[in-house]
Parts: sequence; structure tokens; C-alpha cells
Amino acid sequence: MTPLAAYLIVAALIFAIGLAGALTRRNAIMVLIGIELMLNAANLNLIAFWRYGPHPELLTGMMFAIFSIAVAAAEAAVGLGLVISIYRHAKTADVEQMNRMKG
Amino acid sequence: MGSVFYVISAFSVGGALAAVLLKNLVHAALALTIAFFGLALLFLRLDAQFAGFAQILVYVGAVAILVVFAILLTKGSEVPKEGVFSKSWLVGLAIAAGVFAALAWAVMQAAPSLPNEAAVPAITVNDIGNALMSRYVLPLEIIAVLLTAALLGAVIVAMHEKERSRQG
Repeated sequence: MTPLAAYLIVAALIFAIGLAGALTRRNAIMVLIGIELMLNAANLNLIAFWRYGPHPELLTGMMFAIFSIAVAAAEAAVGLGLVISIYRHAKTADVEQMNRMKG
Repeated sequence: MGSVFYVISAFSVGGALAAVLLKNLVHAALALTIAFFGLALLFLRLDAQFAGFAQILVYVGAVAILVVFAILLTKGSEVPKEGVFSKSWLVGLAIAAGVFAALAWAVMQAAPSLPNEAAVPAITVNDIGNALMSRYVLPLEIIAVLLTAALLGAVIVAMHEKERSRQG
């Protein structure tokens, strides 16, 4: 296995774990944690391709990963704010009980 | 591949697994921090020092704290009676396993070998700063606006709505 393939396999494993968490957990915060894990796995792919790609001095993959980290931080802030707001409104953070669109 | 890579990978994957499987949400947040830290170590091992330390600052420093705050504000540390996994957990697990199988098959099939395996890229933080201020200055400004809008939006969404609930 080449080094790049090893990093890609680790990233695929973390992505699958995050996907399983986002799809199977009841709590909305755990769904967000799964999404964060998936974003991190994507970042690992970007960095690995930057490191082993033909032109690392152009910094393309690195910049993509840095901007992705910033967008993920914004996503986490808004997502957790939404969870707190829904908890105040519905008194639960269980996504299976959030089955009404009417307030 | 050295043994260091395997140790760090086991660390990150184990942290991610524990984060998804643990019943108590506070323990899950702690395991998530471990997974983020392992991923930062993997970044450092890939000679991406800036991204590794940004990962530690943003994820271990900020996102983990945000998650813990959200857990405590929503009383999420209490384990619910009906269990932590949804009724359709088997379907979710099957989808995740299918996605992993497809990704692993693609990686193994392609056997990616890119030319730059031996040479370590000589990139300093100085180069990254120069690139951010020249070629990537427009995305940088857009990210600044996005972060400001997201933080304002998060505060407004999570703010207590006393007046509106009184009217409605």
C-alpha cells in the first residue's frame, strides 16, 4: 500500500464512522458530531493529496483545507445554536420527536 | 509507512468510534476531542504544520468547547430511557458500511501513487501568508464575511425570544 492510499483508507474509515453516527444517533448534537467527523475526514484527504501531489508549492490543497476548517467552524456555531433554539422550543434534542413543521 | 502512522491512525479512528458509540454525550465529546487531536497529528505527519496547528486551535480549542456548552445547555448528559440509537439504526449502519466499502474499493482499485512521495515540500508559514494575501485574498475576505455573518446568525438564532412568544 502506498502512503497516499493508507491516508485515503484512514480518511474513508473516519468518514464512514461519522456517517454512521449522523444516521443512527437520536440526539441532534450527536448528528452534528458525526457531520464534523465527516468534514475532518475530507480535510485529511485534501492534505494528503496536497502532500503527495505534483506541485505542493502551489498550496492548492492546503488552502482548500484551511478554508474548509473555517467553514466547518461557522457550521458548528450555527448548528449548535439551532439545536439550543429547538431544545428551548420543543424541550427535546431527539431528532425522532421533531416531526412537526408547525411551531 | 512507519509504525508512528499506525499508532496515530488507530488513535484517531478509535476516538471517532468512541465518539459515535458512547452513550453519555459528555464522554462522546471527550472522545471527539481525541479524534480531532489524532487528525491534527496526522496533518503534522503530512508536513502540513500550519493546518495541523489550525486544526488544534479551531477544533480542539473551539468546536469541542462549543459542543460541550450545547450538551450542558440541552441537558444532553442524561442518557435517555429509549436508548441513544434511532429505530432505523440498522439502515444507517448499512449505508455507512456501503459507503466505506465503495471508497475503500475505489482507493485499492486505483492504487494511487503520485510522484511526490520522497521529497518533503519546503513550505513555511511565510509562504502560506504570502499566498493568502496575494492569490487567495478574495476567498479570505469572503471567509471573513461568512464567519461574521455565521456568528451573528448563531447568536440571533439561540437568543431567547421573550417578546415574540408573548405576542404569539
